[in-house]
Amino acid sequence: MRFPDGTDALDDVSLSVDSGEFVTIVGPSGCGKSTLLKIASGLLKASSGTVDVDPAGIGYVFQDATLLPWRTVWRNVELLTELHGISKAERERRVREAVDLVGLTGFEGHYPKALSGGMKMRASLARTLTMKPPVFLFDEPFGAVDEITRERLNEETLKLFEQERFAGLFITHSISEAVFLSTRVLVMSSRPGRIVESVDVPFEYPRHPDIRFDSTFGEISAHISHALRGAHA
Amino acid sequence: MTTDILNASTSRSNESAKRSLRMFLPPVLTGALILGIWYLISYVLLDPKRRFLLRPPHEVFNVGFANVDNFSEMMVGLWETTKTAFWGLLIAIVLGFVLAVIMSQAKFIERAIFPYAVVLQAIPILAIVPLIGFWFGYGFMPRVFICVIISLFPIIVNTLFGLLSADSGMHDLMTLHQASRITRLRKLMFPAALPAIFAGLRISAGLSVIGAIVGDFYFGQGATGIGQLLKRYAARLQGEQLLASVIVSSFLGVLVFGCFGWLAQRVVGKWASDNRAGD
Repeated sequence: MRFPDGTDALDDVSLSVDSGEFVTIVGPSGCGKSTLLKIASGLLKASSGTVDVDPAGIGYVFQDATLLPWRTVWRNVELLTELHGISKAERERRVREAVDLVGLTGFEGHYPKALSGGMKMRASLARTLTMKPPVFLFDEPFGAVDEITRERLNEETLKLFEQERFAGLFITHSISEAVFLSTRVLVMSSRPGRIVESVDVPFEYPRHPDIRFDSTFGEISAHISHALRGAHA
Repeated sequence: MTTDILNASTSRSNESAKRSLRMFLPPVLTGALILGIWYLISYVLLDPKRRFLLRPPHEVFNVGFANVDNFSEMMVGLWETTKTAFWGLLIAIVLGFVLAVIMSQAKFIERAIFPYAVVLQAIPILAIVPLIGFWFGYGFMPRVFICVIISLFPIIVNTLFGLLSADSGMHDLMTLHQASRITRLRKLMFPAALPAIFAGLRISAGLSVIGAIVGDFYFGQGATGIGQLLKRYAARLQGEQLLASVIVSSFLGVLVFGCFGWLAQRVVGKWASDNRAGD
């Protein structure tokens, strides 16, 4: 991937994610993680190489909640089903299910400006869930919320993954988030973006929040941290 | 305990009385001050022989507002001016909105149109009024045309700015889900533009009233609006009526401004994060 100014954003990156697999890419800011995700989703064209994903089956979770401020939570969650011309009754059913699943029951009539950052992210997740996508792309979705909310959102994302068994590709710069969620963690270096390390995470699903305090968890985190440092040097 | 609660609630009702006092007292004081200065000029500073230059407030009221003939003459004029301003604004809204939507669709269209919108805006209204009369006569439509010219620019600029302000993440989402141009416009860009559109409307509404008065003033013929009345009163040294019509025309501007503010509050007040568009 090369930008028009000649900067190579990504160089020889290749990866595949199967359903039931949760792959996380960690890397420093500006290493091209988001670019990779944009290419995978079809929002950007790669200057060379191929992408083999059905664009209709992609659920994209943005860095910000990207909600429409003039729509209530319910109407925001309904947006995608509306764009795809799904019948009113079916829309109603899917929105109900998604809103309940992310724990926003009771907040359907609220406008985004009345919600906390975490609740906005939940609404955004619910919107993606209504389309039941087989592929989930997460673009650093919880970077803007506080640590406590982030841990809870991680646990809920994990629950969603355990339930839906989609193919997940997650971008973050938080190592513990990466290890906690993923079956596999990829470490990326910057300029040009390159995958320098692939680490398998052996924990079985469903995962308990306390695996964060497990010694294996610590070892894997340390390993990734070293790989990142090496990539940066 | 009970007394405490009682005290708390009385002090709260005192509090709200105080707050409304703080709201309304300052403008009332300013108003009183202005009237005071007005009287001072009329009675103390002006020589009795020159008092016709600024008649005192109560005489302006008696002659301009309390005299039925004078008042109805002014109201008929005001109605003419309002009609002109209304049609001018309506056409400017439709035209400005359409132009802004077209400009929002491609950068090169924006570049092609925008400089001419600026040129239109830069024409001094006093320069164009005689020309319009010369070309199109002094009837109703040429007056409306002046209003359109003077009020079009803020609508174009604000609508365009609003349409282009839609969140880029939301645009990506629309792209991912293959939304058509129309859907994108209807579900994303147009609602996103509403606060800016209302901000533009408030400016344009005031400008359209000015356009209607200026056009009428300079045409000096055709149906009599506030502009012609102003000219006539000034020529005949009818100071009371002159001041009364100035007050009435500014009242029209304030009314229009207030109406659009109210409308904006109703439409976008619930969700807009900054209430600037609606306050």
